Amino acid sequence: MSLVNVTDLTVEFGSLRAVDGLSFRLEQGAALALVGESGSGKSTVASALLGLHRGTGARVGGAVEVAGVDVREVSDEGLRRLRGKKAAMVFQDPLSSLDPYYAIGDQIAEVYRVHTRASRRAARARAVEVLDRVGIPDAPRRSRSRPHEFSGGMRQRALIAMALACGPDLLIADEPTTALDVTVQAQILDLLHTLREETGMGLLLVTHDVGVAAESVDQVLVMRHGRAVEHGSVTAVLGSPAQPYTRELLGAVPRVDAPRAVSAVAESLVEGAAERPAEASVEASVEKPAEVPAKALAKVSAKVSVKDRAEPVLEATGLRREFGRGKRAFTAVDDVSLKIHRGETLGVVGESGSGKTTLGRMLVGLLEPTAGEVRDDGHARVGVNPAVQMVFQDPVSSLNPRRSVGESIADPLRARGESDEGRIRGRVRELLERVGLEAAHYDRYPHEFSGGQRQRVGIARALAADPRVIVCDEPVSALDVTTQAQVVALLGELQRELGLALVFVAHDLAVVRQVSDRVAVMRRGRIVEEGPADEVYDNPRDPYTEQLLAAVPALDPRIAAQRRSARRELATA
Amino acid sequence: MSAPGASGARQFWRRLRTQRAALVAAAVVALLVLVALAAPLLTAIEGQDPTTYHPSLVDSARGGVPIGSFGGVSADHWLGVEPQTGRDLFARLVYGARVSLGVALAATVVQVVIGVVVGVAAALGNRWVDQLLSRFTDIIVAMPLMIMSLALLAIVPSSFPRPVLVALVIGLIAWGSIAKIVRAQTLTLKELDYVSAARLSGWGSWRIARRELLPGVAAPVITYAALLVPANITVEAALSFLGVGVKPPTPSWGQMLTAADVWYQAAPQYLLLPAGALFVTVLALTVLGDGVRTALDPRAASRLHVGTGRKREAKA
Amino acid sequence: MNGFGGFALRRLVGAVVTLFAISVIVYVVFYATPGNVAQITCGPRCSPAQVQQVAEQLHLDDPLYVRYWHFLEGLVAGQDYSTGTAVQHCSAPCLGLSYQSDQQVTALILAKLPVSLSLVFGAMVLWLVLGVGTGVLSAWRRGRLTERLLTGITLAGVATPVFVIGLVLMIVVCGQLRLLPFPQYVAFTDDPEQWAWNLLLPWLSLALIEAAAFARLTRAAMLETLAEDHIRTFRAYGVSERSVIGRHALRGAFAPVIALNANNFGSAVGGAVLTETLFGLPGIGQELVHAVDVVDLPVVVGMVLVVGFFVVVANAVADVLYAVADRRVVLT
Repeated sequence: MSLVNVTDLTVEFGSLRAVDGLSFRLEQGAALALVGESGSGKSTVASALLGLHRGTGARVGGAVEVAGVDVREVSDEGLRRLRGKKAAMVFQDPLSSLDPYYAIGDQIAEVYRVHTRASRRAARARAVEVLDRVGIPDAPRRSRSRPHEFSGGMRQRALIAMALACGPDLLIADEPTTALDVTVQAQILDLLHTLREETGMGLLLVTHDVGVAAESVDQVLVMRHGRAVEHGSVTAVLGSPAQPYTRELLGAVPRVDAPRAVSAVAESLVEGAAERPAEASVEASVEKPAEVPAKALAKVSAKVSVKDRAEPVLEATGLRREFGRGKRAFTAVDDVSLKIHRGETLGVVGESGSGKTTLGRMLVGLLEPTAGEVRDDGHARVGVNPAVQMVFQDPVSSLNPRRSVGESIADPLRARGESDEGRIRGRVRELLERVGLEAAHYDRYPHEFSGGQRQRVGIARALAADPRVIVCDEPVSALDVTTQAQVVALLGELQRELGLALVFVAHDLAVVRQVSDRVAVMRRGRIVEEGPADEVYDNPRDPYTEQLLAAVPALDPRIAAQRRSARRELATA
Repeated sequence: MSAPGASGARQFWRRLRTQRAALVAAAVVALLVLVALAAPLLTAIEGQDPTTYHPSLVDSARGGVPIGSFGGVSADHWLGVEPQTGRDLFARLVYGARVSLGVALAATVVQVVIGVVVGVAAALGNRWVDQLLSRFTDIIVAMPLMIMSLALLAIVPSSFPRPVLVALVIGLIAWGSIAKIVRAQTLTLKELDYVSAARLSGWGSWRIARRELLPGVAAPVITYAALLVPANITVEAALSFLGVGVKPPTPSWGQMLTAADVWYQAAPQYLLLPAGALFVTVLALTVLGDGVRTALDPRAASRLHVGTGRKREAKA
Repeated sequence: MNGFGGFALRRLVGAVVTLFAISVIVYVVFYATPGNVAQITCGPRCSPAQVQQVAEQLHLDDPLYVRYWHFLEGLVAGQDYSTGTAVQHCSAPCLGLSYQSDQQVTALILAKLPVSLSLVFGAMVLWLVLGVGTGVLSAWRRGRLTERLLTGITLAGVATPVFVIGLVLMIVVCGQLRLLPFPQYVAFTDDPEQWAWNLLLPWLSLALIEAAAFARLTRAAMLETLAEDHIRTFRAYGVSERSVIGRHALRGAFAPVIALNANNFGSAVGGAVLTETLFGLPGIGQELVHAVDVVDLPVVVGMVLVVGFFVVVANAVADVLYAVADRRVVLT
């Protein structure tokens, strides 16, 4: 008998059909990943396995059988006995998935007591036992902590401990690592792997990340629009995809181990591209433009065009930023110096809390540095400079919901003093078309656009200021991979066309490699390593960079297995 | 070309229209406002005014009980007359609506203006401005409204026009909560990326406050103001009930209730009319306020966007 | 726990500062008004000679801050007042002297305080029990007839002014049905049973209105919590609906209820003034209305300060309780 047997499952919310005739089986102890982009219905399937749609108004059709229980027909009582006892679920966001008011150990004990006749004391002991099992250090003490006292990775471990409490046959993990940093993600995936080896439970993994699937399961089911696109073993589906959509999906996934295809700098500035960084820094230190007397400036400015490629368009020296005061003070960015030249892309990569976003905001002038300075074309900057623009992470909050997108894009033009309505509209339409939207979108409002389209609007607004530099703060991290690839391609095109300098701030090492000429790796507010992208990625000098790269999930299951054992050795060594 | 914000307003009306209770409440409120505005006209149709004494209509031998059934209801006096004085109750009731609604609305305007100015200034000012204004707001919030207004109304000379005074006193004491809400909302909005983008465009702070921040503050302010109006009506009625609010001969619902408990057997409508009028008015305004909140609720709106994860959109 | 103690201490200091600020504002508002302060203070029935005496006692020739200093001095160290013939010593904390009755304001307030405290705190117990209970019931029976009925009743409660419900209760219960006598205050120390019986109606009038607000809040907070992710977790682990509501959703309503209780304390005191006036209870509310009537300024100012004191203390206590209830808040 199969552990999970889904036949012709359909789930409808009103007129929306989220899952459309899906069938699959999962044998005892096996692992299957449901992979798809947002809106593919993969999470809905996971909920349907536990009958979570019961009583919500969703219409469920077809047959769902989990551990011998007919989920659609069983009584409410029977369903409660299935949930947590035979099949347990781990959710995406570990912070909001735990009750903020109770100690973690108590929450696990509560679940345990629902399914066993254990005493309070025994349940509490069981909670400590499973917390210890998932690698929470000092479990007896930490079991008395509330969720907000745990880090993200620890919380996800606690959720997994809750799932383990009753020894289920099936573990359903819905995007278990999406909210986590890459190094923590690797730890959680390794934990899931070990637990599966030890307990022999089945795993159903729901994820948007092909790499995560390749790391963790033996079978993959690719979903799109609620239907199965391709189903088979990991090696077959990811190694030689049969369906065009699977190929498209895999093609869009940025590879951390592949060098950048086309270098923007190479195209726009052919001569001396290779030696340029070294040359530039030498020139800058020798000439010290800041010390040029004012009366000589006129003479110098004539030469600027000649020095154009050597002069950094944006230069930061000794940037430092502190937040809070007194005992609560902490330093988000500490002594960071950078140079960005015309036409090149600097990737800034780091995990959450590394200070990369703070750095980005200081570079554009949205945050005042506590110490250090930012220079535009050699001139010290005060406040903001429209020539240095930003593309933001969140496509929802980066556009004013009450203003048409055309008006938002027109802002830099109007702020510059342009008052001819015809010219403004003409320019905005031009920009809309340039970023792949339609001129007629001028009067539409942000909520009428998808995330990718909104990101394009944000790019158009940045371009309206005729910038020399654009700082992109996680510009694609909220987007699906295929959309991600399109937006990244657009940025590259614009850079080549307009000779823009880009600062690309992101947590995703693969995306950063795809776009960057040079890369800076940040950790705890400092740059631990900086250099040409290929050099940093292929021969990392800093152990932290090495650790980061080792944590990136590989698309090839065999490589994934090798890396896992490598990580295990690192951990035990 | 559609004006900025048009979609927000349209959405608001669409959401408000789906709530039947709120619509009924809106109709009742509209009717009350109409009655208040048309008070002189209505009493002219009846042929009475709110201040003329009719000693002939009350039985002075029995302590001033209105003569006739149901407290003196007749073709001339549609709702009867007041015990002791014989003043026309219908006229006093409709003129009372003027006072109730007028005072409450004026007080709300004062509260909103002070609250928005203080809240926005605290949110946009530097650390010291914020500290100063926030602490001052905390102190204002800690002042018990009823007690303070009772005390304040006692010392102002009676030559000052009373309804204006009551509105001012309520408005000047009870703006703390709205200032807190505005400050919190402005601080939240200030951190949003679209405000940062406007700064990068090169706009000055005044323009950013006007174009990007104030429209976002409007929703919570309207929501809260809609619930302040019924609260203010209750406060005015309470002050008048205690005899320090609107003073005779100006009619007010609260004041009408002051002596009502003595007369409830001889003239029950003398109690029931102002009590009922207060109840219906406050209920209608509260239901309408709830409806406005539902229609504007930023959380309901944001729930549409913030779903289960980072990956939300499929197409670009 | 150290951080928590520090927080409580900081909050206490904040309360003292707020109290001080309130006393300044109240003093300035009432004793720096345009017009003849001595005349206003003494009241409309004072003779010119008395007014002159009051003016001397208030040190009206001195600048405002000196006068305020005298007032503070009286609060901390006590003060002597001459009332024409005799000299009266007003010991600390001295809130001044009523020029209407020659009584010390502090003594006057202390005499009335037990009545008002009995009323407010008794009613508070009632409104918390009734309000939170109704709210839980509404959330538990959400979408059913019970909830719609309760929603209607609480809405009507929110819309009824406290003096209207008091009037109606008094007329129906005491007048028509004669179930209870018209309330006559009996001190708790004299006869606890009579104390409770006589306060029953005032408690109800004050509590029903407040309970409606709490019922609405509790229901809303619980429904909001029920929509959160962690509720889904417990449902997905087979925890029964009873536990989900009684343990997890109710816990989420704790903090908002505490916050509302602090927030509404001031308005409840206002309601107490109305209730006392309506039922003829000899509390500070009734005394205040009387003082306002005869324009007895020292009494009015004293009452405002005493009520302000209770409100500030209630707020400070609520803040500390809130921090205990919602351990997620950052203690600053």
